[in-house]
Amino acid sequence: MIMLTNNKVDRSQLMPVLWEIQRKKRHIGHDDITKIAKEFNLSRMEVEGVVTFYHFFHRKDCGKYTIYLNNSIISKHAGMDDIQVAFEKEIGVPMGHVSYDKMFGLYETACIGLSDQEPACLINFKPFTNLTPEKVKNIIFRLKNGEKPIDFYDKPKTNIRYTPTKERTVFFKPYKNFSSLDYIRKHKPEALIDLVKESHLAGRGGAFFPTGLKWQFARQNKSDVKYIICNADEGEPGTFKDRVLMQEHPELMIEGMILAAYAVGATKGAIYLRAEYRYLKDDIEKVLTNYRKHNLLGDNIAALEPFDFDIYIHLGGGAYICGEETALINSMEGYRGEAGTKEYFPVEKGFKGKPTVVNNVETLCAVPRIIEMGVEKWLELGTEKTPGTKIFSVSGDCEKPGIYEIEWGMKVRELLSLIGAKDPYYILFNGYAGNCLATIDFDRELSGEGILSAAVNIDPQNKLEYKQKMVGIGVKSGGSFMVFNRNKEILKIIKNVCNFFVEESCGVCVPCRTGNFLLNKKLDKIIAEKANKNDLIEIREWSHVIQSNSRCGLGIMSSNALINTMDKFPTIFENRVAANNGVDKSFNLDEATAKYDEILDNIETDYE
Amino acid sequence: MNKLINLTLDGKKVQAEEGKNLIDVAKDNGIEIPTLCYYKKSKPLATCRICTVNINGRNTTGCTVKVEEGIDVKINTPELFENRKAIIEMLYAEGNHFCPSCEKSGNCDMQNLGYKMAITNTRYPHVFRNKKVDFTPHRMIMESNRCILCKRCVEEIKTKDGKSVFSFVKRGINTRVQIDYKEERKLTEDEAIRAMSICPVGAILVKGISDGKPFGERKYDFLNQNVHTSLKNKKIELEDGEKFIVATTSLAGCFGCHMSLLDIDTDLIDMLEIVEFNKSPLTDIKKFSKQCHVGLIEGGCANDENVHVLREFRRKCDILISFGECAIMGGIPAMRNFVPLQECLEEAYLNGPTSELGADIIPAHEDIPKLLDNVYPCNEVVKIDYYIPGCPPNAQHIWKVVKSILLGEEIPIAHEEFKYD
Repeated sequence: MIMLTNNKVDRSQLMPVLWEIQRKKRHIGHDDITKIAKEFNLSRMEVEGVVTFYHFFHRKDCGKYTIYLNNSIISKHAGMDDIQVAFEKEIGVPMGHVSYDKMFGLYETACIGLSDQEPACLINFKPFTNLTPEKVKNIIFRLKNGEKPIDFYDKPKTNIRYTPTKERTVFFKPYKNFSSLDYIRKHKPEALIDLVKESHLAGRGGAFFPTGLKWQFARQNKSDVKYIICNADEGEPGTFKDRVLMQEHPELMIEGMILAAYAVGATKGAIYLRAEYRYLKDDIEKVLTNYRKHNLLGDNIAALEPFDFDIYIHLGGGAYICGEETALINSMEGYRGEAGTKEYFPVEKGFKGKPTVVNNVETLCAVPRIIEMGVEKWLELGTEKTPGTKIFSVSGDCEKPGIYEIEWGMKVRELLSLIGAKDPYYILFNGYAGNCLATIDFDRELSGEGILSAAVNIDPQNKLEYKQKMVGIGVKSGGSFMVFNRNKEILKIIKNVCNFFVEESCGVCVPCRTGNFLLNKKLDKIIAEKANKNDLIEIREWSHVIQSNSRCGLGIMSSNALINTMDKFPTIFENRVAANNGVDKSFNLDEATAKYDEILDNIETDYE
Repeated sequence: MNKLINLTLDGKKVQAEEGKNLIDVAKDNGIEIPTLCYYKKSKPLATCRICTVNINGRNTTGCTVKVEEGIDVKINTPELFENRKAIIEMLYAEGNHFCPSCEKSGNCDMQNLGYKMAITNTRYPHVFRNKKVDFTPHRMIMESNRCILCKRCVEEIKTKDGKSVFSFVKRGINTRVQIDYKEERKLTEDEAIRAMSICPVGAILVKGISDGKPFGERKYDFLNQNVHTSLKNKKIELEDGEKFIVATTSLAGCFGCHMSLLDIDTDLIDMLEIVEFNKSPLTDIKKFSKQCHVGLIEGGCANDENVHVLREFRRKCDILISFGECAIMGGIPAMRNFVPLQECLEEAYLNGPTSELGADIIPAHEDIPKLLDNVYPCNEVVKIDYYIPGCPPNAQHIWKVVKSILLGEEIPIAHEEFKYD
């Protein structure tokens, strides 16, 4: 079961081992941890630390059938509460518990990448979409009758709603397998890097670091082993483009990795697949096998400079933070998925201390397409700074939720009409870590043109200036586009966002760990109408502390949506705020003494 | 030796070896970058975030920076200083850092940073999460309520066969350090004491070992620097012959702070020259007879009477001061915040060793104040203007702050007068 390298156990095998035990025993018990610790030559508690970090590893039995119900705001709006009630009724225990016969366990989980077909859940990591209470009843009935989730799960729809005309489409059009790999038979790695640099391709996970530059750095760093990691840990709520890409075009992703390996001189590759997408694993494995059969993976791959390269799939454990590249690397190495210290870039010291390129699925898929269409053609698409197309994952209040491949440069308003948005009022752009868009932003352009530096802050209340200066909407987007209409309560949406960050903070640095917890409390105070004006000021100040001191992107971005919403919808907050007359409204004497009265009442009650 | 490069530290041009750690370079040049996690030179941990500096316009932790040619480092700008203060205050709010009861008090790195930055209270509400206090290990005690998760022990303390003794478990707000009992037994006494000494706070303790040094001789007792209270109010104008009116009270406190107030000895005479006491246990005046300039509050709010008194003080006093740890953060009475109220009452009246068999009465009468669900620091109930920390606060500290406020001039407080314990 455990792979040995030089007679030493390879710690990067820890997660696969934990998965194996979790799958078979439905939990990872005390004795299992003791055995694993011995096998890996670790202390028990160190293994315990890894197990308790990940959402999908359980220390107690999580039921023969483990149900994970998505608790994102999209799912809530689609009727998650009714579905939860239905599940609770059918299995007889509340959320977070396991049924008495240990048959079912019911848990909440963060977005599972099915926002266009909510409410949805995973049962033993097989998806069930568009749930209704009747459907839930039926599912539990069938499981009780001995059917398995694999027999009747819903294969997620790809819902590709829009692509540009055929010549201008990049991703979602037929692809002839292996065709991009002809390129490496004729060109040197340096030429490939130049090509990618010329294309201005940038990291599509959301950070938009120039891909060509990343590859070049990795190439320059000399090492015996280098790694290419495909980041398929698509955890940003509302994003599901990588799932659809892997469903439709896994070959593009794999060819992208092969090209990247050739460019930087890497010999090993891994796909960090989020556990929520485990149902895609077998299909991807099949494609990998096919590439191996054609000698396009494995030893001595045909190229101008022949090379060795192979890919394996590493399954995540349920942690949003692992989409951050240093956390992802820690996780792959068998450590807790905490963000790294940022002392080195992964291209210097990454996986196992070797130069590592971590690229998003969409980025890697773009490379074979750029080769296929030629870089000149690619540069014609989109805008000057952001050429090409971008995939948006659209969900929420619209007629046609799903995948939209659009050319950069489209106006927000155009996209809204494409998706059939009904009375759009509030948009969460780039997921929970992104910002919010209001009506004032609808004439802005989805591109990297005319972006002001982050230091420039224009008050959205100053409408004229804002409209003139805020032209581009920014490229820092993983492509999540959640639309809400006027009937949705914005504070509830924001509350869901804040809950998410409290849940998903890795806990390694205090601004993010406790800062988000405290911000969440403040938001509760506002919702309960107990806040005063000073609380609004403090939210901004505290958020600044979190943003300027957190270790990684999670903390830095965590309060974006909240602050942005306060800027664009100030009245929502002000309406809930009372005047400060020296008495802190949040302290309510009656509430504070209620418990005491209740206890005394209980003690005085005679039950006979 | 690596080649020398040029860099700027807070506007000062200096030379340093290329690739050397920024914290060390700054130290060599007489600038201290405060940190709670940077320990071993070879591996920065970057967990505490206090050493955050600004390099060429970008914020980054100083401990992860290796100096390069031409970098422009800003260390002590007002914004960065404020950031650091905010982080330390967040650490105070997150845990249960009650210095008077802590074995590490006086030798605690975090406490020292608190002194240096003149932190009198935390701007954040106390989290009061009941974290585990683990007495099970053979030699050590892990008090997670004090742990700031700096990771020093996790990285530094290993057994001879290279296994971790301390590990992070769980995640997010629930993250804590857990000792591996089996590995902990392998540590020698010296290694255990080392674990205790590298802990920047008092989270790791070794059973039977205490530092044992008296007040005044501990690591951070004398640093030869003054602490300044920044005044927030205007000078109080008096009419001829009028004195400053001061009121004091003790809520859920032990009257120790009032005792300390009397410790100002001969200064009492000076005080009475300018101050007239109104409602106060010192004068035994029970009711306010006029509006007061300053109110001094000892103790937090444990019952409804405390809340009424505190609110009355807020109304009757122009400036309100919390003095002593109980008023500032709940103190000893707030230890019950970790125990459900029902359990507290049952332990006191029904199940405790001194209650009679079959006792079934919890005293209740309309004249007995009702207990609150938790003990609240005063600033969570009303607005508080100033804080004087200490348990009890040093007499001179109290008097200097009160005098500063009354006279409208800042009087520096000596380091040894500014204490949390």
